[in-house]
Amino acid sequence: MIPLEQVIALSAALFVIGLVGAVVRRNLIVILMSIELMLNAVNLALVGFSRAHAQQSGQIFVFMVIAVAAAEVAVGLGILISLFRNRDSMNVEDVSLLKW
Amino acid sequence: MTASLLFFYLFAVLALVSALGMVLNTRNTVAAAMCLVVTMLALAGIYLLLDAYLIAALQVLVYAGAIVVLFVFVVMLLNLRSDAFPPSRQLASKGIVVLLGGFVLWRLVLLLPGMLPAQQPLPAGFGGYQAVALELFTRWVLPFEVASFLLLAAIVGAVVLAKRRLDSR
Repeated sequence: MIPLEQVIALSAALFVIGLVGAVVRRNLIVILMSIELMLNAVNLALVGFSRAHAQQSGQIFVFMVIAVAAAEVAVGLGILISLFRNRDSMNVEDVSLLKW
Repeated sequence: MTASLLFFYLFAVLALVSALGMVLNTRNTVAAAMCLVVTMLALAGIYLLLDAYLIAALQVLVYAGAIVVLFVFVVMLLNLRSDAFPPSRQLASKGIVVLLGGFVLWRLVLLLPGMLPAQQPLPAGFGGYQAVALELFTRWVLPFEVASFLLLAAIVGAVVLAKRRLDSR
């Protein structure tokens, strides 16, 4: 039996890695991948708690998160493609029009 | 140490190393995507150890099979062989972000022992197709339908966004 503390600690570590990647990296595709990594870390916490409580509902939440992540990637990559056509760049600092 | 705990540590180290490889790899976007695949597969292994069999299969099918393929497809389509961007101008604020992330992680891990619920004994068939499907199609059927509408909207939105010319009606 796997201790829940270690599952949650692994989930937190993966979430922080994804968060740091989303903030520090400047390649827009890698930023999107880091967001996927954060969603996966949350999924891991949900599965861990679902196992600990012996409740099936946590896995339904994971199902919903996977559906939302797939939708987010499809729309996000569509935005990236049209951005690349307009700016010819994948650098996040080239799209800083809304930054103050 | 039981075998499942040993495999959990193996998959955890694999997931952490490949996640770090994805974030720290600044040379090759395709290599970052491959690191992401390894992370997803290691997490699928951990889901198996946590008795979430259907979720593990979905993780392999949807994340490693579809989402990362979409990433690699876009990288190839845009012909981004390297992401050799010039060094960032705001190293100080990014360093603060890394330190803050480490601090939050440290405090959270210190909080963990004694806070979490004790593990309950599992009913038979937990995490299998039948149990998850029964739950999904009885108690959570409305969110399931809403998710299908969300995916439909995402398909339409992705096609509209990635179309070649937006102004030509």
